[in-house]
Amino acid sequence: MEALRKKARELLEGKAAAVVIGYGEGSGGKARAVFIRQPDKAATLILDDRCVQNLAVYLVKNEVKSLGKAAVVAQPSTLRTILQLASENQLTDGLVMALAVNNGQVLELTSFHAIEEYLNTAVPPSEAPGKARGLSAEDRAAVAKIEAMPREQRWQFWVNEFSRCMKCYACRAACPMCYCTKCVIESNQPQWIPVAPTGIGNLEWHIVRAMHLAGRCLNCGYCVEACPVGIRLNLLTQMLTDEIGGDFGAEAGFTAKREYALSMFKPEDKEDFIR
Amino acid sequence: MEKKILKKQSLGALFDAIKAGGRRLLGPVEKDGRTTYEEVSSPAELAKDYIQTTTSAKSVVFPACEEIVRWQNEGHDVKVADLKPQTTPTVVFGVRPCDAASFAILDSVFSWDYNDEFFRRRLENTTIIGLACTKSDEYCFCTSVELNPGDTRGSDLLLTPIDGEQYLVEIVTDKGKKLVDAAAKLFTPAGNESKEKVLAKVPVKFDQKKLTAKLPALFPKENAWVDQSLACLGCGACAFVCPACVCFDIQDESGRNGGTRLRCWDSCGFSLFTLHTSGHNPRPVQSQRWRQRIMHKFSYFPERLSHLGCVGCGRCSRACPADMNLVEHLSALVEAADGQ
Repeated sequence: MEALRKKARELLEGKAAAVVIGYGEGSGGKARAVFIRQPDKAATLILDDRCVQNLAVYLVKNEVKSLGKAAVVAQPSTLRTILQLASENQLTDGLVMALAVNNGQVLELTSFHAIEEYLNTAVPPSEAPGKARGLSAEDRAAVAKIEAMPREQRWQFWVNEFSRCMKCYACRAACPMCYCTKCVIESNQPQWIPVAPTGIGNLEWHIVRAMHLAGRCLNCGYCVEACPVGIRLNLLTQMLTDEIGGDFGAEAGFTAKREYALSMFKPEDKEDFIR
Repeated sequence: MEKKILKKQSLGALFDAIKAGGRRLLGPVEKDGRTTYEEVSSPAELAKDYIQTTTSAKSVVFPACEEIVRWQNEGHDVKVADLKPQTTPTVVFGVRPCDAASFAILDSVFSWDYNDEFFRRRLENTTIIGLACTKSDEYCFCTSVELNPGDTRGSDLLLTPIDGEQYLVEIVTDKGKKLVDAAAKLFTPAGNESKEKVLAKVPVKFDQKKLTAKLPALFPKENAWVDQSLACLGCGACAFVCPACVCFDIQDESGRNGGTRLRCWDSCGFSLFTLHTSGHNPRPVQSQRWRQRIMHKFSYFPERLSHLGCVGCGRCSRACPADMNLVEHLSALVEAADGQ
């Protein structure tokens, strides 16, 4: 933690970064995102198990971008998010600096290539602080349990989960991959998706959300943390990640030049229905 | 105010009496770590130990979404159906005093320049049995917004658990009196029992009068609002768990044969909230939306409606995915005003 504070201070003093986005003490014993712009405030940075928010969400936010070059304290899931955002042309190489902490050392990862190297070599997934890849064992067990359900029961499970949804869209707002400035959910000419936060309106929202994140979700799990009524919507995206991974390989967030199965076409594709 | 004593063991009989009158009874129920108002029939179903429910009781009088008009296309004609709100007489048990006070705030908006029939019907059909707070947490700040943990305002009956065995019952309104009369034998006259000693001690956390007085001068300080709201993600969690947020959106959903007009909760935190048809958005950035939230509750509301738009329940801060703590931000604003 001290090394991180020192590094943040240096970056701000040397004007290598205009803002350090990291974690600080929050309320209720939680950690919260902080935006450090004065070197003497770097001492408020913390990094521990409570630091679960995926801070990459702020890298695509206009008011944060306008502060200048950002250095972001990056857990492995945040690093992966940065690479996935890069592969979707949402971030510019060289303009984002990630601060990765490994074995008490702070590494400045200043290019996508450096992040790729770090993720693919330096981080043993099981020992990484925060999740490097995939779900927690508990979530994994929950997915297995849902998948083992007969179809009717599985449907009912999700109907029950989504019945609590108020459509506050905290899941969408907390997700770095939900960066669209105009979401399909808000289109009203035509109104693709019923607005009511009940029944079919909720089902369609969650299905749309999950489908748009299929194979793009990094499993940071912050959508669940963000949901005020605790809907376990990350399980749905994980099930889709498994599907996409199984059919097309190439997991999200390990390269900045990912060929994403659902948004590209190659002439040599063996399927011919699209030609 | 008339006071009675109700034995805790008589609560079940009171519930029976409430339901015997054909009323719907809602109470706080805990499930998977969340406490929400659900239909209950016995005290055993109630949450044992809750400071505040996860979502408020607002939806009893102001549902998250309701149909207000329906129409049908008939040849070249349109037949409009005049919908009446479907309401069942409802008793809500276990409402905290902060939440109970929120109904007056909602009412002041829904009867401001137009008497909203849907809200009115539901409110008239709702009886609130408040439950005074004997515990609070760091998010509670009712005492900073002119309320207190034993406040009777907004409740029809207010129950205070004065010891392990009994509630002190304050009969606040005629509606409350009717409930007591419907189960008169369960209640005994109160003596000189006092609720004060069991009430939660909620410290005053900021000077609301000063805040309200200074907010207009703080409005133009753009940088301060940007600093406050950098972490804000722009979702509607704060507004949707808030018992006093009253903004709604009207949307028509129509098909070939007809359609329906819906009134759904909305949030000033959404970028779409103020987006004009032209594409212009008078609040294009999140800091302006955050400012609106604070200004509305602590400046515009008291200026226009003689209420604050906040009851200090602390739900917004508990629910915020970015831990935007309202009390902290309000305190910082009071401090900024001092610095001027």
